[in-house]
Amino acid sequence: MKIQILGTGCPKCKKLEENARAAVQALGAGFEVEKVSDINDIMSFGVMVTPALAVDGDVKSTGKVLSVEEIASLLK
Amino acid sequence: MSWRQEWKPLVIIVAVFLAAFYLPVGLPRFDGAVMEAFHLVKWYAREHVVLCLLPAFLIAGAIAVFVKKESVMKYLGARAPKPLAYGVASVSGSILAVCSCTVLPLFAGIYRMGAGLGPATAFLYSGPAINVLAIILTARVLGPELGIGRAVGAVAFSVVIGLLMHIIFRNEEFAKADAQATMPEPEVVRPLWQNGIYLALMVMILVFANWGKPGESHGFWATVYSAKWVITSVLAAGFGVLLTAWLGLRVARLLMVAAPVAALALAVPQHPILPFAAGIVGLGAVTSVRRDELGEWFDSSWGFAKQILPLLLLGVVVAGVLLGRPGHEGLIPSTWVIRAVGGNSVWSNLFASIAGAFMYFATLTEVPILQGLIGSGMGKGPALALLLAGPALSLPNMLVIRSIMGTKKTLVYIALVVVMATVSGMIFGAIVS
Repeated sequence: MKIQILGTGCPKCKKLEENARAAVQALGAGFEVEKVSDINDIMSFGVMVTPALAVDGDVKSTGKVLSVEEIASLLK
Repeated sequence: MSWRQEWKPLVIIVAVFLAAFYLPVGLPRFDGAVMEAFHLVKWYAREHVVLCLLPAFLIAGAIAVFVKKESVMKYLGARAPKPLAYGVASVSGSILAVCSCTVLPLFAGIYRMGAGLGPATAFLYSGPAINVLAIILTARVLGPELGIGRAVGAVAFSVVIGLLMHIIFRNEEFAKADAQATMPEPEVVRPLWQNGIYLALMVMILVFANWGKPGESHGFWATVYSAKWVITSVLAAGFGVLLTAWLGLRVARLLMVAAPVAALALAVPQHPILPFAAGIVGLGAVTSVRRDELGEWFDSSWGFAKQILPLLLLGVVVAGVLLGRPGHEGLIPSTWVIRAVGGNSVWSNLFASIAGAFMYFATLTEVPILQGLIGSGMGKGPALALLLAGPALSLPNMLVIRSIMGTKKTLVYIALVVVMATVSGMIFGAIVS
């Protein structure tokens, strides 16, 4: 599964990426984390409120820093 | 030795050596500027941190957590009525743009997926100027006129700029992004009026705790001033009741916070800053350990504090070195400032607008820098012009805006901002003086 973190580089976006990487580490293999920071690419997801998190191209959360546990439960 | 790799450290070492060799220690102007920086930092720490900045962080955090962005964004969507969209775009920065890094994605979203170019530029212009932290600090440090002028000017002129952009580019077709804005349904935790009262109480605590000493010793302002700590205490007690009634803070926890505050207030009534600080520390202690909305509130306030305080400290130091405190000189002589931006002429206002448009101000640092400029003789009109053009534009964010809406629209937008800021500066300068 591919997890994309959408954010222009503000502190909250970095925190979300950190949490996503921690969640992936805990779950094991088969996941890939990608950071999307170009604003036009972010728009193509239909996201206006960053940071956002998408799984396999589906936006799961916007405007929130999800905790490690919340991300893990999204990936199960 | 491979010079291909080693030239960089060599250049740095030589540069540092030359700087140290010619360090202007002992020159009265340089020594004075360094002392000014220390004085200014101390003054900020004493006057503005506990009573103003800390509650302002809590208010900004509360807005970020308790006001759902989705409920505002639906008025900026593709199907929203246009007059409503302009109105909402011009004021929503106070709620949506509590952090400067959120302005650009929201702008791009409103432009591509929502109400279009006009409302998007209105939002882009007003957003940075009317976020709560900026207004609170501007009003506190630079005086209420400039605080109000900044808010009113930004809102009024954002609508004008948005409409002009819409009219200038009305014939331009562009393919709207196919993507539909994904906005999760806001979860309604408690009614809007409860959030409203909760936020209003915090703002009132901030206002009364910072009530300035009026010139005359009688009348309404003086009466409020003499009773300001009583009023603040009553408001704070009411706020505590709301925390337990609506937000689920246990009564025992509330008393743990209230007891030291009350004890300090009775023991050292001549230092109201102590119970105030104790209240904020206590509030932080009981909210930070929770995992619900109160915990989120603390996290987001703490996030703001962590992000903004270092930048602000740097801004104060730079302003102190370059410009000094009001009535003192830093490295830059006051006569230069007066020549460039003194009075209220077209030239002064234009210069302030253009300088502000290209300069990069990290969140809130425009306030100490402007304070230094005003202290060195900058007019109130140019000060407002700089406040209106400054945070809305900078060289880096021009480049991002250009990647979103193209070179031509960006150039028109920059020109409009500079002209509008100049005009509002002149009007404001004429009213104030």
